[in-house]
Amino acid sequence: METAFTPFASLGGGLAIGLGAVMLMLGLGRILGATGIMSGLVFAQNRAEASWRAAMILGMIAAPGVIFLVSGTMPAVDVPVSPTMIVIGGIIVGFGASLGSGCTSGHGVCGLSRFSIRSLVAVPTFMATAGITVFIIRHMFGA
Amino acid sequence: MKLIFAGLTGLVFGVGIALSGMMNPAKVLNFFDIAGTWDPSLAFVMGGALVVTGIGYRAVWRRAQPLFGGTFQVPNATNIDPKLVGGSALFGIGWGIAGFCPGAAIPALGTGRWEVVLFIAAVVIGLALRRLMTRMTTATVPE
Repeated sequence: METAFTPFASLGGGLAIGLGAVMLMLGLGRILGATGIMSGLVFAQNRAEASWRAAMILGMIAAPGVIFLVSGTMPAVDVPVSPTMIVIGGIIVGFGASLGSGCTSGHGVCGLSRFSIRSLVAVPTFMATAGITVFIIRHMFGA
Repeated sequence: MKLIFAGLTGLVFGVGIALSGMMNPAKVLNFFDIAGTWDPSLAFVMGGALVVTGIGYRAVWRRAQPLFGGTFQVPNATNIDPKLVGGSALFGIGWGIAGFCPGAAIPALGTGRWEVVLFIAAVVIGLALRRLMTRMTTATVPE
């Protein structure tokens, strides 16, 4: 399915994503990596590890509701893939992000802005494999 | 106070994710589908976020320590190993299959869509598998 080109909304959203990352560094001295925060909460060893991550995740989950209150519309979530694909993709995402020490937020936003050499390798790698995967699924299998 | 700040950080990040289009798998998959229904919007997300973190991080690091104490915990590893490359490659494959990444899916939970819950559950399974694998491989090494 086609989606509309939204350069201004996407740029504005990107600025807010960056602001969130800078706020976390300013307040708690941490990199904003979504997989790490999730993993750190689910497998937390003590309350101090869990509490700030839980607060942050609650804030994240509140975002669509806040947008609904302000604008009257929920942000779009159009899922063009089957539940099986969601599960397979999700397992690979969790495993891969953990093994590679980061995902789009940790390596992509936080790592690249620090010119981390590991992130400079990780980001082109996952962008390329994502592109290849989409090409294979859509244009070779025609899904 | 620290927890309120963490919650606010999550909210700002989540609003950014929602506005940007990152939580919409149809848009994410179209970003990667250059040969098909290409939607380049998400390049603006990364661009916007990197401008803010690129400037913001450097401003924050002039401080002696974060607002709520402790130290700035910035990864300083520089090794490019098979884990980093393989994990990142896998992450991209999963992202290309499902269309969600963790940083987008956590705020998307707030829309109440069951597909998002399914994805998050699958990511947790992936994270657990990776922990299990690490435990098994380290257990076979004699001390």
